[in-house]
Amino acid sequence: MTIVTTAEVSALALAQSIATAAYIVAALLFILALAGLSKQETARRGVTYGIAGMAIALVATFVLVLANGALVPDDVTAYLGAGLLVAAVVVGGAIGLWRARVVEMTGMPELIALLHSFVGLAAVLVGWNGALYAEALAPELVGIHHAEVFIGVFIGAVTFTGSIVAFLKLSGRMSSRPLMLPGKNHLNVGALVLFAILTVWYVVTPDMWLLVVVTLLALALGWHLVASIGGGDMPVVVSMLNSYAGWAAAAAGFLLNNDLLIVTGALVGSSGAYLSYIMCKAMNRSFLSVIAGGFGIEAPRSGDDETGEHRETDAEAVADLLRDATSVIITPGYGMAVAQAQYPVAELTERLRAKGVEVRFGIHPVAGRLPGHMNVLLAEAKVPYDIVMELDEINDDFASTDVVLVIGANDTVNPAAAEDPGSPIAGMPVLHVWDAKDVIVFKRSMASGYAGVQNPLFFRDNTQMLFGDAKARVEDILRSL
Amino acid sequence: MSRIGIVAEQPGENRVAASPITVTRLRALGYEVAVATGAGSASSFPDDAYLAAGAAIVDRDAAWAADVVLGINPPTDADIARLRPGSTLVCLLSPALSPDLLAALAARGVTALAMDAVPRISRAQSMDVLSSMANIAGYRAVVEAANEFGRFFTGQVTAAGKVPPAKVLVAGAGVAGLAAIGAASSLGAIVRATDPRPEVADQVRSIGGSYLDVIVADEAKEVSSDGYAKATSAAYDAAAARLYSDQAADVDIIITTALIPGRAAPRLITAADVASMKPGSVIVDMAAGKGLNGEGGNVEGSVAGEKVVTANGVTILGYTDLAGLLPHQASQLYGTNLLNLLTLLTPGQDGVLAIDDDDVVQRGVTVTRDGAVTWPPPPVQVSAAPAGGPSTGSGSGTGSGTGAAAAKVKKPMSRGAKSALVVAGIAALFLICAVAPAPLPQHFLVLTLSVVIGFYVIGKVAHALHTPLMSVTNAISGIIIVGAMTQIVVPNLTVQVLATIAVLLASINIFGGFAVTRRMLAMFRKGDQK
Repeated sequence: MTIVTTAEVSALALAQSIATAAYIVAALLFILALAGLSKQETARRGVTYGIAGMAIALVATFVLVLANGALVPDDVTAYLGAGLLVAAVVVGGAIGLWRARVVEMTGMPELIALLHSFVGLAAVLVGWNGALYAEALAPELVGIHHAEVFIGVFIGAVTFTGSIVAFLKLSGRMSSRPLMLPGKNHLNVGALVLFAILTVWYVVTPDMWLLVVVTLLALALGWHLVASIGGGDMPVVVSMLNSYAGWAAAAAGFLLNNDLLIVTGALVGSSGAYLSYIMCKAMNRSFLSVIAGGFGIEAPRSGDDETGEHRETDAEAVADLLRDATSVIITPGYGMAVAQAQYPVAELTERLRAKGVEVRFGIHPVAGRLPGHMNVLLAEAKVPYDIVMELDEINDDFASTDVVLVIGANDTVNPAAAEDPGSPIAGMPVLHVWDAKDVIVFKRSMASGYAGVQNPLFFRDNTQMLFGDAKARVEDILRSL
Repeated sequence: MSRIGIVAEQPGENRVAASPITVTRLRALGYEVAVATGAGSASSFPDDAYLAAGAAIVDRDAAWAADVVLGINPPTDADIARLRPGSTLVCLLSPALSPDLLAALAARGVTALAMDAVPRISRAQSMDVLSSMANIAGYRAVVEAANEFGRFFTGQVTAAGKVPPAKVLVAGAGVAGLAAIGAASSLGAIVRATDPRPEVADQVRSIGGSYLDVIVADEAKEVSSDGYAKATSAAYDAAAARLYSDQAADVDIIITTALIPGRAAPRLITAADVASMKPGSVIVDMAAGKGLNGEGGNVEGSVAGEKVVTANGVTILGYTDLAGLLPHQASQLYGTNLLNLLTLLTPGQDGVLAIDDDDVVQRGVTVTRDGAVTWPPPPVQVSAAPAGGPSTGSGSGTGSGTGAAAAKVKKPMSRGAKSALVVAGIAALFLICAVAPAPLPQHFLVLTLSVVIGFYVIGKVAHALHTPLMSVTNAISGIIIVGAMTQIVVPNLTVQVLATIAVLLASINIFGGFAVTRRMLAMFRKGDQK
């Protein structure tokens, strides 16, 4: 046993007060980061604030770890710990940077979902560590410590499997159809009740097997929650998982007595929740049923799917239409992302604008698989963001528009939402593309969209279908133009 | 096929009930159109233009003898004698103020439709001549005031010195008031507006004015249930009078537009207020001649149709035909309102007028029919009336319509439930913090404040930035790394290994999240930054 010197103790005290101060600064920088991201002009500065905050937090914690290490009785632990720490950060950082560099912008939703799962898993591990090793605690805090471990592990595990399922669904490795287990709501509520019972049990008798059980329970719950949500609702799910990841971090903060974790976790948690709420409003869904994971249940279908005659057109005819048009609105959807059509679309936009045609984009709040997904893709292709409009900004203008190009969007332009009260998507605000003089729908086939609802738009008199890969078709139009 | 007659108005009225454009469209509804000779000349619509639109030019008597007679002002007794029994007359009739006229029309066997009785519901907006005329009149009131006013409206700093902006007070923020506010503020003046209906405050601000609230201590203001202002209470009037006195001494121009349907126009500006105004100030009383007994208006000393200059050099304009001073514009809008009404009344588009008594618009405008006076119609509630209001106090609903009262009953309940929830949440938080031992309450404080900050910060995020925001919050949630790091130096190998894995995962998250966000943001750019 080495003897702990007073110098080492005072070094630790100093490191701790430095860390506390650094954490306050870091927390403030995170708030500034989120605030900066509210506007295009300040967004980059916001990210810089975030990076600075994270760097400060990491360095301060590293110093604290070294100071702690000096107090640890055997040197092996200290050196091993510090070495592992550096190695893990370097390897993790390298992997992160590499993934961020190579990811396609269309693959962004999957990447973000996967990253959420990492936070969830890390939270589970931190919780387990809290159970395996705890410093001496005041007797009245022991029960609370146990509860904190339990809650942290639970939220982390739900986030972990939930994000994994979201990742699998988004990357197409798992069917996007909602899983329909009988009595799914009872399953969810039952899991929560069981969790409450287990928590009490664990607080009274902290046995390891209880922790194993709750981990498995939470993993199953997270899986089931997201599996029962259809692929079309994934933007809300990803944002919701973002929120859960934040709460997992906040729970870890309670466990480790660390205010920075609480502040940051709560920031992320509440902002993610609010973002989900905004999106739910845009989709006319109930926020509560989303966070409960039960909103994959759809209203009963209104009898048989509406069908009818659709008209097919070709690229040359569309090019003719565009040449004579004075105003064009493009409403992209997930299909544009899948086909990687954003570059030809941007070129089409530029060519038409050069001819003096007014071209604008109408973006539905839930177009794509992430909030703002379409904006990111269009920005990647260098479409100026001041011609990219929101639903409310542009919806009244369709009536005075010559041509609307619907590129890979389906449910977000479905007139049934506005006109058919029996439709599963009834009441959801949609882009009123059918008010325009001509509507061209780019589509691979007549299959229905993610919501599984037939789209009467395709059978309207002013609608023409342009079948095939969106990218190839837009390039054909460019050649004919 | 019925014949429509467009009559020539009395001298002094420049407007006409149809423009060549509306004549074309009336004919498309299946009607024959006959225009009295010279009817449109004051509005710059010569007879030739009507001829070109397919109308016949007829003499005065023939126009009045048509099946459907369209006019602007109420008919004189001689005009009534020219009307054919069984015909239909459409014009402004002020049915509430002219029972004798209605009786005479009924006795003549004429079906009379009053254009100023169109109910204020969304569907009927396209036929609402009061709104379209008030819009013109409000604009013209500002132009007239500017004409009399010896200064700029806008403030300027010039080489010859600084010019202060004109201050304009608009009393009554109805259609005319809002038009006046818009016109005055676009000329650069500082515009203030008053109105007893609190719900118009946002409309005032939206068009460039600032809303002066009349502070009434013990009585809540009433939300209008039919879209028009109502008579106000004594307490309100006293408070408003003080406000007007204060404002009169301060502003340069006052435009009053306060009218209450079926009642005398309220007196807003007293002679003392006028006397307190600076020399050179201008008052436009748009309600002149509509006060008690047809004398005066919103302003004491205004004379209908006249310009009056007071002893202290304040000009009071009492012009009553402000809309008529823009005859071309006014005729065009009035004609279109009439056309929209006739479109509604001609469902078959076959030139046959059919009045449907079950339709609130058609029932509302019909003031005499089959020899009987049918005014007033059963009441109509405004479809878009703002429900409830800022007043939740007891007894505030007196005088409001039933619809508004019902909405008021519902609203406080949901608000009560909401506040109950908030109180319950706060109480729960209080209990937890009161019971929990040492570090916990502090943690809860931090948690609560952070949640609140998170909500507020995120509330203003632009939609296009949702994805970058999410990836940044994702990167930031990698802060869990701090927890894992502190666990890495403990004398327990299992814990160390698990903590290492956690650090690794969290690092991927942090570095990946920030890098991807930077990549995304680098792509956003504005149109002119090529």
